[in-house]
Amino acid sequence: MKFTLSWLKDHLDTDAPLERIVETLTSLGLEVESVHDRSKELAAFRIAHVVSAEKHPDADKLRVLVVDTGTEKVQVVCGAPNARAGLKGVFATEGTYIPGSDITLKKGMIRGVESQGMMCSERELKLSDEHNGIIDLPEDAPVGASFAEYAGLNDPVIDISLTPDRADCAGVRGIARDLAAAGLGTLKPLAAEPVKGAFKSPFGVQIERTDACPMFVGRYIRGVKNGPSPKWLQDKLLAIGLRPISALVDITNYLTFDAARPLHVFDADKVHGGIVVRMARPGETLQALNGKAYELDGEMTVVADHDKAEALAGIVGGEETGCTEATVNVFLEAALFDATRTAHTGRRLGAESDARYRFERGVDPAAVVTGAERATRLILELCGGEPSELVIAGQEPAWRRTLTLRHGRVLGLGGVDVPVAEQHRILEALGFRTVESQADRATYEVPSWRADVHGEADLVEEVLRVHGYDAIPATPMERDGTVAKPALTAGQRRAVTARRTLAARGLFEAVTWSFMPSEVAGLFGDLDPGLRLVNPISADLDVMRPSILPNLIQAAGRNADRGFPDVGLFEVGPAYRDPTPKGQDLVAAGVRAGNAVPRHWAEKTRTVDAYDAKADALAVLEAAGAPTANLQVTTDAPGWYHPGRSGVLRLGPTVLARFGELHPSVLETLKVKGPAVGFEVFLDAVPQPKKKGGTAKPLLQLSPFQPVERDFAFVVDAGVEADKIARAAKGADKALIKDVGVFDVYQGAGVGEGRKSVAVSVTLQPTDRTLTEEDIEAIGQKIVAAVAKATGGSLRA
Amino acid sequence: MPDALKNELLQLVTDAPDLAALEEVRVAALGKKGRVTGLMKELGGLSPDERRERGAALNLLKDEIAAAIDARKADLNTAHLKARLEAERIDVTLPVRPEVEGRIHPISQTIDEIVAIFAEMGFTVADGPDVEDDFHNFTALNFPPGHPARDMHDTFYLPDAGDKKMLLRTHTSPVQVRTMLSKKPPIRVIIPGRTFRSDYDMTHTPMFHQVEGLVIDETTNMGHLKGCLIDFCRAFFDVDDLPLRFRPSFFPFTEPSAEVDIGCSRKGGELKLGNFGDWLEILGCGMVHPNVLEACGVDSTRYQGFAFGMGIERIAMLKYGIPDLRTFFEADLRWLKHYGFVPLDVPSLASGLTR
Repeated sequence: MKFTLSWLKDHLDTDAPLERIVETLTSLGLEVESVHDRSKELAAFRIAHVVSAEKHPDADKLRVLVVDTGTEKVQVVCGAPNARAGLKGVFATEGTYIPGSDITLKKGMIRGVESQGMMCSERELKLSDEHNGIIDLPEDAPVGASFAEYAGLNDPVIDISLTPDRADCAGVRGIARDLAAAGLGTLKPLAAEPVKGAFKSPFGVQIERTDACPMFVGRYIRGVKNGPSPKWLQDKLLAIGLRPISALVDITNYLTFDAARPLHVFDADKVHGGIVVRMARPGETLQALNGKAYELDGEMTVVADHDKAEALAGIVGGEETGCTEATVNVFLEAALFDATRTAHTGRRLGAESDARYRFERGVDPAAVVTGAERATRLILELCGGEPSELVIAGQEPAWRRTLTLRHGRVLGLGGVDVPVAEQHRILEALGFRTVESQADRATYEVPSWRADVHGEADLVEEVLRVHGYDAIPATPMERDGTVAKPALTAGQRRAVTARRTLAARGLFEAVTWSFMPSEVAGLFGDLDPGLRLVNPISADLDVMRPSILPNLIQAAGRNADRGFPDVGLFEVGPAYRDPTPKGQDLVAAGVRAGNAVPRHWAEKTRTVDAYDAKADALAVLEAAGAPTANLQVTTDAPGWYHPGRSGVLRLGPTVLARFGELHPSVLETLKVKGPAVGFEVFLDAVPQPKKKGGTAKPLLQLSPFQPVERDFAFVVDAGVEADKIARAAKGADKALIKDVGVFDVYQGAGVGEGRKSVAVSVTLQPTDRTLTEEDIEAIGQKIVAAVAKATGGSLRA
Repeated sequence: MPDALKNELLQLVTDAPDLAALEEVRVAALGKKGRVTGLMKELGGLSPDERRERGAALNLLKDEIAAAIDARKADLNTAHLKARLEAERIDVTLPVRPEVEGRIHPISQTIDEIVAIFAEMGFTVADGPDVEDDFHNFTALNFPPGHPARDMHDTFYLPDAGDKKMLLRTHTSPVQVRTMLSKKPPIRVIIPGRTFRSDYDMTHTPMFHQVEGLVIDETTNMGHLKGCLIDFCRAFFDVDDLPLRFRPSFFPFTEPSAEVDIGCSRKGGELKLGNFGDWLEILGCGMVHPNVLEACGVDSTRYQGFAFGMGIERIAMLKYGIPDLRTFFEADLRWLKHYGFVPLDVPSLASGLTR
């Protein structure tokens, strides 16, 4: 919302300097985006007189001017077709910054003739797009004077960003009212005496749907003379970036910004029969004044004549009934259109306008007639003519309501003590009318222009913002105790720990989109149709991700393309199963690609393998408190893993993690060069460790007897899993066998076709005596028997 | 005679080139069949006086030789060790074995910092689903039916689930609703998490992170809101005198509402935070709207409180000088290495939030 300082002063009687006004606007919640003082920007531009204009000796289209700047005579080379002797124009000397072309003038030679400055066009001064010639001022323009001052541009333009609740401040008067309440002057009275109608309007107005248009005030004015509007009006509109069109149109634009009262003027001679406000007919079209053609539907409100739609209600008028220089008779419209419907129509058609901006925020329901009267006055003043009586269709909607403010709430909710008298003063200055007042509370009628005020909290806010948020003392939060409790639940802490664990293992944390292309997502499991976006931002972000892996795989590929093929990435975040609140899993996923051990003088280079991913998964599980020693490993990982090089870590039926080499065809589809391995840990599936009485760990029991280590090599079928052997060995004597480790796997000569040798190291820990050779021998036999029973394997000869 | 022998033996000791030769010298002199031992054996045939005199001389010789051998032995050992160490020389300029230390993403680090500060003020962390329904995301938060934020241009919608309009949450505020529906006041929570809006340009990404704060009790007022946010911003940005400006604003779910600016300077195109006279908007807040309390089953005549929300990427960018929002989500190793945090840098108020 833009306005100028002088426009503000049309409504506000104030001596406050600009800076104070700007500060106060922001502190009132009318945030100032910019203050543009064109007189400063244009200070160097002076009115000058072209003394003579001769043809350039070397160029047909150029002229060499002698320009009187008021202090000296200078030579200027100029290409404008209207440059002529006797012209009064705007001169910029060398060194001047030209805002419209973003250059600083230098002295120059143009085709061998020196030019000591420039005569400017409107575009060069950023006044308009006009660039067909230089500015041509009236003959009485004072040579040497500041152009900005002469042209009335020494009027700062203030631009505020308006929150959607403040419909009243979409007009300068509303802004002035707020400033007056804040003590920056007094609100001037508004002359709104009704204009007496000289005849009955030949047009009637009929409203078909009062929910779409509760009220329509019209007036027929005959015998007007339309033409350019006067300078004061043009200046105002130009200052806020509107192009003056004609007096009739300019008047409606002026009142839109002055009073937040959008209006429309029809050329009455082009309207057939009368006015009907109705829903558009399916397929109905409108050629609008903004040059666009709209196709309408039955949800859109139009202002029509007896033939067809002539305006899009509350948004834009139609071209056919628009006013021109030839217009003689007009029909004025001041109406109320439903905010939601106007917003909806505007969005559907992509039609922005100053009228829509105001209607969708809500127009003062009690100022329809006032708006029509003010517009009539201006039309009569600027265009002459004779007004009809008002035509009023529908009625002013009920807007009167009262609210009670308990004065103590300003302190109780707002935290600042504002004296009761000041609370009264503020609310009344904002237009609230005191209905009843007691010592501790008062009841107010909410002004018609404040549809945003509904409850006591709103009244508190009105008092607070006018009093100033700065005046609210900052109070520290009260504390329950001296020492704060942990902020995270055990589950939330897992995510934090998982992240730091994986980063410590050399992986880089990524944060990637929650959505991904459906054709990629489809490679990673079934997609719930409820997780497909209705309005994706692009086709490649159209479903919620069923897994984090594809994002990480593709990121690894992008890094490889940039020349970094050895990548380790992880993400701890959501994967989506279904659209219910429980259908979102917290997953720690990671991908490693390229070399696990890079080329190095002391190490053997090695590419990543499934065991790297398994180690990552186990580290996360360990950090999350999962009983990693009791996990089962199965080989039924889903299809995006290599079927022979992947596994699932589970506790019985509960899957805690998956890991392995990624399936080569998945990598190929994602255009990523392998090998690449990945893991997914389902943090929510990890059982919460049972807290048994306090924080103490179980007592450490150290055996005084040395542990004994014995190695066994078993020959088994090649398909037998090492874990099966280790488990069998461990189960042979649970009391004595503390640990079983696999330290060698061998396949080849000496163990037979289809067989392999697995060597395990068994640690025995006696607790009551030193083991004898016989003891050890006996346990060894138990181990061999247990492994034989579980796997069919035998000791390697 | 002993002098000649002594000189001869001492010369042999000195000349022994290594430990083995020295041992031979020792055996030849002091061993069972050694020359000094031999002379000792001859003492028996001498008169007591001669024996005493000669015995003393021989003992002296023996000790002298033994000492010389020990000394030579030590010298040889030293020389040997020196030679070995010389032979063991390595090139210490060679690079160490490869170790990769990963990084924590700035978003996670920033969330951890935020949690550390609010934990100190007695807040706990709440969370909720990214896939929400219209009720939790809008209706319960007092968004009127025609509010532009419900517009297709801002909100990502999913297929309706029965009569529920499903969407991706556009802010973390629905977790306010879920918290109030599931927990009785007093409530003091922060809610960091993913949020989604259909917007993609220089300064917007379709997914971003917010942290929401919610305090509900019987006495918390706007002064506490100011105190809480001033304390937070000064701790987070590590600027003790960072000024905050509260401006009236509008959000459907708070009344009164405010936007908060922090002090900054933009001189010379460089952004600096502090008391420099210029302002930068960083968050929105306000007192929870009575309609929201009632929609969440909280008695608005008894309870009140505040809520705030801010963009995590935005404050991370400000604090750590990260220039481009979009780079947060590109998983570029070079970026992660540069802007990420080492895993042991766990933010805590005890050790300092930022290294």
